[in-house]
Amino acid sequence: MQRNPQLNANGELQHLLSIEGLPREVLVQILDTAESFVGVTEREVKKVPLLRGKSVFNLFFEPSTRTRTTFEIAAKRLSADVINLNIALSSQTKGESLLDTVANLSAMQADIFVVRHNSSGAPYLIARNVKPHEHVVNAGDGRHAHPTQGLLDLYTIRHYKNEFTRLTVAIVGDILHSRVARSLIHGLTTLGAPEVRVIGPQTLLPSGVEALGVRVFHDMRAGLKDCDVIVMLRLQNERMDGTLLPSAQEFFKHYGLTGAKLSLAKPDAIVMHPGPMNRGVEIDSTVADGPHAVILPQVTFGIAVRMAVMSIVAGN
Amino acid sequence: MKLPEAEQLCAQLVGELKARIGPQTAMIGLYTGGAWLAERLHAMLRLPEPLGLMDIAFYRDDYHARGLHHDPKRTKIPFDISGRDLLLVDDVLYTGRTVRAAMNELFDYGRPASISLVVLADRGGRQLPICAQHCGARVEVPSGMRLRLKRDAGDRLTLALEPERAA
Repeated sequence: MQRNPQLNANGELQHLLSIEGLPREVLVQILDTAESFVGVTEREVKKVPLLRGKSVFNLFFEPSTRTRTTFEIAAKRLSADVINLNIALSSQTKGESLLDTVANLSAMQADIFVVRHNSSGAPYLIARNVKPHEHVVNAGDGRHAHPTQGLLDLYTIRHYKNEFTRLTVAIVGDILHSRVARSLIHGLTTLGAPEVRVIGPQTLLPSGVEALGVRVFHDMRAGLKDCDVIVMLRLQNERMDGTLLPSAQEFFKHYGLTGAKLSLAKPDAIVMHPGPMNRGVEIDSTVADGPHAVILPQVTFGIAVRMAVMSIVAGN
Repeated sequence: MKLPEAEQLCAQLVGELKARIGPQTAMIGLYTGGAWLAERLHAMLRLPEPLGLMDIAFYRDDYHARGLHHDPKRTKIPFDISGRDLLLVDDVLYTGRTVRAAMNELFDYGRPASISLVVLADRGGRQLPICAQHCGARVEVPSGMRLRLKRDAGDRLTLALEPERAA
């Protein structure tokens, strides 16, 4: 049997590439560790000395503000040195290959590579080629995975709902282009959520999505009924090359989350969104700013989750 | 080999600490054994401030060799430690490295007026210049063995010897 490329010989997390294939214990370890780091982020001195002397290279081959910034804050709160590389503007445009770029950074004594890339699998390629003491954390690769976002979603759900085994979770919108949806679905099924629903138009659902263990709804009202958790996805205009949708207004009419649609879910349902939000496209402002929304706590928890991931991989 | 009775040592420590309690005294226990002992001492001494509990996983000096401790607890210090006379409580004092890590973590919360170390048992073997101000007993521990505090379902505390975990 081929070993999971994310785990070392002892079954410990060495790289974080995808939630898919990670055992339940590893997911729980990350969430538990993140909870301790939430305590650190609430102190006046929000820093611990764990990664002193380590270098974290943020390798972003694709633009990102929130994810890059929260990785940077997380690394700094672990006392690591952080180097941000905006590769879109750098060597790659001069023709350097991905592995040459990484080899050069390795020669600069990197310890952790945080990688975002528009092609699926790029972090795997890097993980296969780094030295044993170097670690790779996937910060989003193509349409494939965005494991730290999935983990922070799981953390947020556990924070507000305490556990997973009685929850109905709906993921709404552009599932087709969403690496967030994929990571979250794998995490929820691994942690025992009994019902995960995906809601969206046929054109924005990947074919065969049922195989991931989800129930498919095209009617949002039916899909939201009695949900505990609603995860709204961003309508990813920049990823849409064809005419998958008539218009943003039309999308909002059918799949935008309004107060009226939200009232079909359980009274204590939480509303999540990975950001950045398109108000009036996938979510109404009254909902985004309303009492059910936990969108900003997600961002705060994201820092603790990334601290947990980096401190676990760097120690293994 | 006969180990001292943990419950007796608790009572002895309470007697010793009573004289030390002042208006600025507060107590912090170190997970896991030290937290059990601190819960007991805190209740018996009727300290007015709530008990603080600390997990030093993020301050350990063996992280680079052994990685992150698997299930770190969340440190909770429900009072401002600045200006306090802190009683730092652990079950067993050995190399002194845990206490060093605990002091480093404490100073990220503020500047206490003083810190005194309270332990149930001192097994010697110090690797750092640290000593306990209040110690229940000195215990000789054969090499390759570990001295641990245990708590049973009825909250009874006992000291036990067990083989050291393979590193």
